[in-house]
Amino acid sequence: MIYLLLAGVLFVIGLHGLFVARHLLRKILSLNVLSAAVFLLLVALAREADPLDAVPHAIVLTGIVVSVSATAVALVLLVRLSRPREDQRKLMDEEGG
Amino acid sequence: MSQANTLMAVLVGVPLVGAIIAFVYPRLAVSITAVCAGVMVAAAAGLTRLVLSSGVLRQDVGGWAAPLGIGWQVDGLSAGLLLLTAAVGAAGAAHRAFEALEQPFFWPLWLFLWGALNVLFLSADLFNLYVALEVLSLAAVALIAMAGGGALPAAWRYLLASMLGSTVYLLGVALLYGRYGALDIALIADALETDLPSALAAALITLGLLLKAAVFPLHFWLPSAHGRAPAAVSAALSAVVVAAAWYLLVRLWFAPFGAFQGNGVGVLFGLLGAAAMVWGGLLALVQHRLKMLIAYSTVSQFGFGLLLLPLAGGVGAELAWRGAVVIVLSHGLAKASLFLAVGGIARSQGHDRLDAVGGFGSGGVLPWLALVLAAASLLGVPPTGGFAGKWWLLQGALAEGAWLWVLAILLGTLFTAAYLSRLLAVLLRPAQRGPQTGRPSPLTALPGFVLALMACGLGLALPALERLLSSALVAGGLP
Repeated sequence: MIYLLLAGVLFVIGLHGLFVARHLLRKILSLNVLSAAVFLLLVALAREADPLDAVPHAIVLTGIVVSVSATAVALVLLVRLSRPREDQRKLMDEEGG
Repeated sequence: MSQANTLMAVLVGVPLVGAIIAFVYPRLAVSITAVCAGVMVAAAAGLTRLVLSSGVLRQDVGGWAAPLGIGWQVDGLSAGLLLLTAAVGAAGAAHRAFEALEQPFFWPLWLFLWGALNVLFLSADLFNLYVALEVLSLAAVALIAMAGGGALPAAWRYLLASMLGSTVYLLGVALLYGRYGALDIALIADALETDLPSALAAALITLGLLLKAAVFPLHFWLPSAHGRAPAAVSAALSAVVVAAAWYLLVRLWFAPFGAFQGNGVGVLFGLLGAAAMVWGGLLALVQHRLKMLIAYSTVSQFGFGLLLLPLAGGVGAELAWRGAVVIVLSHGLAKASLFLAVGGIARSQGHDRLDAVGGFGSGGVLPWLALVLAAASLLGVPPTGGFAGKWWLLQGALAEGAWLWVLAILLGTLFTAAYLSRLLAVLLRPAQRGPQTGRPSPLTALPGFVLALMACGLGLALPALERLLSSALVAGGLP
């Protein structure tokens, strides 16, 4: 039960970070906290099941692979974004943020 | 049914293997994509014929049955969307090949996008669908970022929105698994009880998918992402990727979450749809760039698709079902064609600003013809596909006496007419003699033109569509 609560708290922290953080790297980290919360929930659910259930573990493993790849793509994009500054400003002006 | 199983395996395996080969041998990428495209178009057509002749098809992948294994399933709706994916995928690839840009990484990403879409329309397993959604968004983000410059912030916003959407979706799936110990849509539909954890799971999954479908008010990421991507990518994103999220919403709210489908939820979806039509339409009216206008029109057009949910329970359900699906299919063809045509025009004139672009025939006649035909279908001029869809949806709403939704459909059509008339104004301008940055080969415009013809031709294929979308061919049945 305590793990379920912890998962809930982590999820809220992640959401908060995603919307409040200004630095782009912090946003990526918040997304990682979010997915960690979901994985924790799945593993905690697996522990409660009787007999022991292996499917959530498989899901979490796949989920970790997905989240690593997503983070990699996000980091590449972040590096690209931090290079040309003027394009970004132009976009903000055009679309009003 | 081994033939159906083979066709499903082809639809998933060929693009994934092709993408890896195209990545390893970039020089062969175009020919590999061409071969894969041919095979997938044929497979999608074959699968649709099988669905028409022998009903809903289902297979357990690898012979493992549902609670542990993953099920794949094709019904009328998924067959139609697989065909749409095949048409848009092939046309987009052809457009890109004729443009002859030196970007070899485009091809593997395009095939990954296509493969992920095929999995999405085939799979009946909630977690398998999550993986497909992730592959889809990662490929889409990379394809958008390929345009460079102003597309990078758009790609970033799309990445964040779609990652948030899928994490929220996964949280919902985790709750459902914890409650029922199953991931298969049909198994969950059988077991579902209307208690708090299930309601929370339904709300989370729906929220995640609404974010991915760019439903008002969660559409903020869509216009810049679709407006700034390369033409072929915008076409695929607007036509099929948004439709994929809509498809999942409909699939889930018809079968498992149907139990929650009280009046309140349906009306909420309908109001969101109506708001999307109005807001998307208003913003399309004030855009300065052709591509942005078309991107906002996507936000507005998916409002029609959402109207299916409030109409699903009543006497007009089958008409509304048929109408909404045909609207999504013909919107896909028409929107892809618009983006490809505008891409060609923008390339020949060097920009796509509404106040300076035009008029009919500058930079080749074919893209302008495609533009006119696609706009006609989007608006719903008879006998195009858009007309058939709107007619059926309207009849469904009238049959149920749902005057609010009748009004919404008419209002949405009015807005469509208003922003498409801005396109008409561009058409009527005298053709420009000024400096043109280079004439693309006329072949570039051909795929877009073919798609526009298909969007119009959809209106002539009504008997076939009626059979494909009859209630007997809906997995799990209409509610």
